[in-house]
Amino acid sequence: MSAGVAVLELSDVVKEYPGHPPVRALDGVSLRVAQGELVGVVGPSGSGKSTLLHVVGTLDRPSSGIVRIGGNEVSALSDRRLSAARSRLIGFVFQQFFLVESMSALDNVATGLLYTGAGPVERRFRAFEALSRVGLAHRIEHRPTELSGGEQQRVAIARALVNRPAIILADEPTGNLDSHTGQATMDLFRDLHADGATIVIITHDRELAATLPRQIHLRDGRIERDERSRAAVTR
Amino acid sequence: MSATNLAKTQGTEASYEIGVSKVRFAELLRAGLGSLGQRPVRTALSALGVTIGIAAMVAVLGLSESSRADLQAKISNLGTNLLTVQAGSGFGAGDGTLPTDTSTAISRIGPIESVSSVVTLKDAVLRNSEVNAQATGGLQAAAVDLSLLTTLNSSVAKGEWLNKATADFPVVVLGSIAAERLGITEVGSGQQILIGDKWFTVVGILKPFPLAADLDRSALIGMNAAATYLGADLNPSTVYVLTVPAYVDDVRKVLGATANPEHPEEAQVSRPSDALQAQLAADSAFTSLFLGLGAVALLVGGVGIANVMVIGVMERRGEIGLRRALGATRRHIRGQFLLEALALAGLGGLVGVGLGSLVTVAYALSQGWKVVLPLVAIVGGIASALAIGAIAGLYPAVRASQLSPTEALRS
Repeated sequence: MSAGVAVLELSDVVKEYPGHPPVRALDGVSLRVAQGELVGVVGPSGSGKSTLLHVVGTLDRPSSGIVRIGGNEVSALSDRRLSAARSRLIGFVFQQFFLVESMSALDNVATGLLYTGAGPVERRFRAFEALSRVGLAHRIEHRPTELSGGEQQRVAIARALVNRPAIILADEPTGNLDSHTGQATMDLFRDLHADGATIVIITHDRELAATLPRQIHLRDGRIERDERSRAAVTR
Repeated sequence: MSATNLAKTQGTEASYEIGVSKVRFAELLRAGLGSLGQRPVRTALSALGVTIGIAAMVAVLGLSESSRADLQAKISNLGTNLLTVQAGSGFGAGDGTLPTDTSTAISRIGPIESVSSVVTLKDAVLRNSEVNAQATGGLQAAAVDLSLLTTLNSSVAKGEWLNKATADFPVVVLGSIAAERLGITEVGSGQQILIGDKWFTVVGILKPFPLAADLDRSALIGMNAAATYLGADLNPSTVYVLTVPAYVDDVRKVLGATANPEHPEEAQVSRPSDALQAQLAADSAFTSLFLGLGAVALLVGGVGIANVMVIGVMERRGEIGLRRALGATRRHIRGQFLLEALALAGLGGLVGVGLGSLVTVAYALSQGWKVVLPLVAIVGGIASALAIGAIAGLYPAVRASQLSPTEALRS
């Protein structure tokens, strides 16, 4: 397996949804993501990608198995502790961006720190840093409706960065973007990766996944293949 | 800037602190208020029910307090210890007068502070001899005891009251309405009026009597003057009795027999303040009714808020999911929506209190009442609006917090 310091570790994770018969969305997934990795999780719909995202993002608990993020075992935490884990360990990027329309880009990014208890001045300062990092320092006072789709997704990425998380989880981040801006967004992820960020991108797009240094292929809730592409690494 | 924390490393595992998820109260409040500000029309409409309910309750309480204060002022001004004895009139009820010595007899009853007789005179009151003797303008002449002002707790507006000397001479003191109708606004310039066929000099004008409106329309002269110049019989038609307050009921029982021992049933004894007391009681019955209606409006307002909040929770699933993903706990979500409902109801309550107070002030002023805005109505109005908001917001808030993050994000 990969060398380096583990940021995310799943061991034999099972997620079962009750029903007749019960649906086993994740069927014994074990995986390890080291600090600074850029990983694509790829698979057709129904393969368990979204469930994996929810479990890794501590939005949902596994039925069995162990999930460790940044050295913390999170599979058995209370709702309050899970919320705290999300506020500090994880940065989410969604396909639909989920930006608050009534807020400026800066305030949207600052909401990434809302539940860490940071004060307003610190939040805005760090939000400005994060926006600068994604190349939107000149757009801080714009509302989401005044930004292009690519810019909106950059704001969302800045929001995911602002709490300096252990891991950034991106769910189909280019799904709502045209191929050109999608490409630019992927370039941004690669930049962040080059700076040392740990990023997991979930996508159904095999071509897109193929450009990433590591691809984990999911099918029917199991890891089918875990491969590293030399081309992408040496890109 | 580094994109992630450079974590402390222990062996082969990065170590991050989970810590606790916390948010400042001000942020929750801002989130709640912010979403209200985003939909101003909806906010206004959903707060309207509470506004109307609170405004109605505040106005009802304010108006009833103002009107009570006015009545109570009247009552305490008159005192509840004033009794009147009137000669019965009408079929089989005597000739409309009491025996001449009535007031002397009454003053022998122990706990009496003051007694005054009023003898109604049949002579017309006229401005001058040129006026048609039939056009009296509803004014009458009366001979009165000097103690009248003391007994009725009234006083002179202009000039002076009769005294022992002037009561024997042709001088007159006018009631407030009488003065107005005769067109006399000043005294002391030897102004004279006609009573019967005799000229009387006006020496004073009285303030209105709170409980004896008859006297406001009268020209008052001394008993001796009435006998001397008008040849009147001095059988009183009304005797005003001011008792020691604690003995009102005792005095009242014996008053009829004392005033007219031969025909006690012909003397009508009454207490003028009773009418006002009855008005007071009737007012408070209406107050309860209107308060009830206000409470119903408030309740409907609460249902409206609950309704709007439930819809809001459904519409804002994405926002709830995002906040959960950013680290909000169930409690934070619950708190945010509860604060929003409280803010909505509190806003409605505040506007309602303002509106209700405005109505109270405007109406009380138009009625010439003293404006009374009871603190209990203002504080109670806002408190009950908040209580309604808390109750109305509880269910939507709990529902929002129970939404699982994965479900909320699936939109």
